[in-house]
Amino acid sequence: MTDTAEEFVSKLEIEFDDFEPGTITPETKYREMEEWSSMHALIVIAFINAEYNVTLNGEDLRNTETLLDIYNITKSKLN
Amino acid sequence: MSIFSISGIRISGLAACVPQNRERTADYDWMPEKERKMFEKTVGISQRSVGLANHTTSDWCYAAADQLLNDLQWNRNEVDLLVFISQSPDYFLPATGIILQGKLGLPNTCMAFDINLGCSGYVYGLATVAGMMRETGMKKALLLVGDKTTTSVAYKDKSTYPLFGDAGTATALVLDDAAPEMVFNLQTDGSRYTALIVPEDATRTPRNENTYVETEVAPGIIRHQRNLALDGVSVFNFSINEVPINIADTMAAAHKTEADYDYMVLHQANKLMTEQIRKKLKFPPEKVPYSINDFGNTSSASVPLTIVHKLREAITTGKHQMLLSGFGVGLSWGTVSMALDTIVCPPLLEIS
Repeated sequence: MTDTAEEFVSKLEIEFDDFEPGTITPETKYREMEEWSSMHALIVIAFINAEYNVTLNGEDLRNTETLLDIYNITKSKLN
Repeated sequence: MSIFSISGIRISGLAACVPQNRERTADYDWMPEKERKMFEKTVGISQRSVGLANHTTSDWCYAAADQLLNDLQWNRNEVDLLVFISQSPDYFLPATGIILQGKLGLPNTCMAFDINLGCSGYVYGLATVAGMMRETGMKKALLLVGDKTTTSVAYKDKSTYPLFGDAGTATALVLDDAAPEMVFNLQTDGSRYTALIVPEDATRTPRNENTYVETEVAPGIIRHQRNLALDGVSVFNFSINEVPINIADTMAAAHKTEADYDYMVLHQANKLMTEQIRKKLKFPPEKVPYSINDFGNTSSASVPLTIVHKLREAITTGKHQMLLSGFGVGLSWGTVSMALDTIVCPPLLEIS
């Protein structure tokens, strides 16, 4: 994929819709965010599926801590 | 491959009934308030129809069928077939469809039985009933479809409790040589049967001393083994990946494209999920109606309930080309491409 981690995160931020712009970065440990919920995980899955045609399963997500981890796992599934 | 067409069967009427009682997402205090707002916006559910203890799926199906038979002015003695589809039967046995045959005053010459399916049930039911009528020459049939899923969900399971609502529906089908073809595409993946399951208190794992012991499965998810367990991520991935393919294959088999359809009615599972399906198939929002905001995910009833709730005026006054798709528990999924032409459709019924 051509998106950088920063671009990936800013696109994701638009999908989330409920975060203040600039509050998430690739280094964000997303589960530690106060607003984080299972719906956000589904939004991540839906976004990655639509944008990059990659399917992340529950196991993939469990192995991630930061948004950069999600970016990297998405990238690895593309190749 | 289960892609096939059936001609000469027409839907002549459709009715739906929901319990009057509602539960609002805003009042679901097991979920933090911010999360409730997020749930309402993302999953698309503001309130759900929730049956009280003294009502079952068959009561809502009965009310819908009774009204429909009256409005159609059918002679009840002429009903040849009744099929009831649900995963919340009145009893383990006898079959609920048989009880409904008696209650509706249908003749003893009527064939009646149950099919155990959930979210895919309406499409499977249309295929079963239409196929039987076509082959046997039976002239009039009732398809009764619905669920009381709220009976199986645990209040302290935020992954299921705020999701499901209750409803029952009735569809009348007649043999009519002039009726255009219905094109079906029905699929199954039993290897993923644990994705949505009530694990115990049937025959595979009979009730035991642990069945009704509540366990914290994950934060915010406390349930026992007679409760519905949902693997949300698996079902979500299944739906956004498999269902668009199934629908696209159905359209191809029907030699139609998005432009040929007036409406695509999707099982009301979760708005984030169904919007994903809609976008993949490039259907504009105005062609894809929703009832999930008002009633929740009503399992097998969701497709016919959405038609009654949102498209009643259209289907009672003209011909419309429809795509109907159900998907979920099983896993089981299917789509039908068909027309609805000036059918009888009483306003949505509610009973206390």
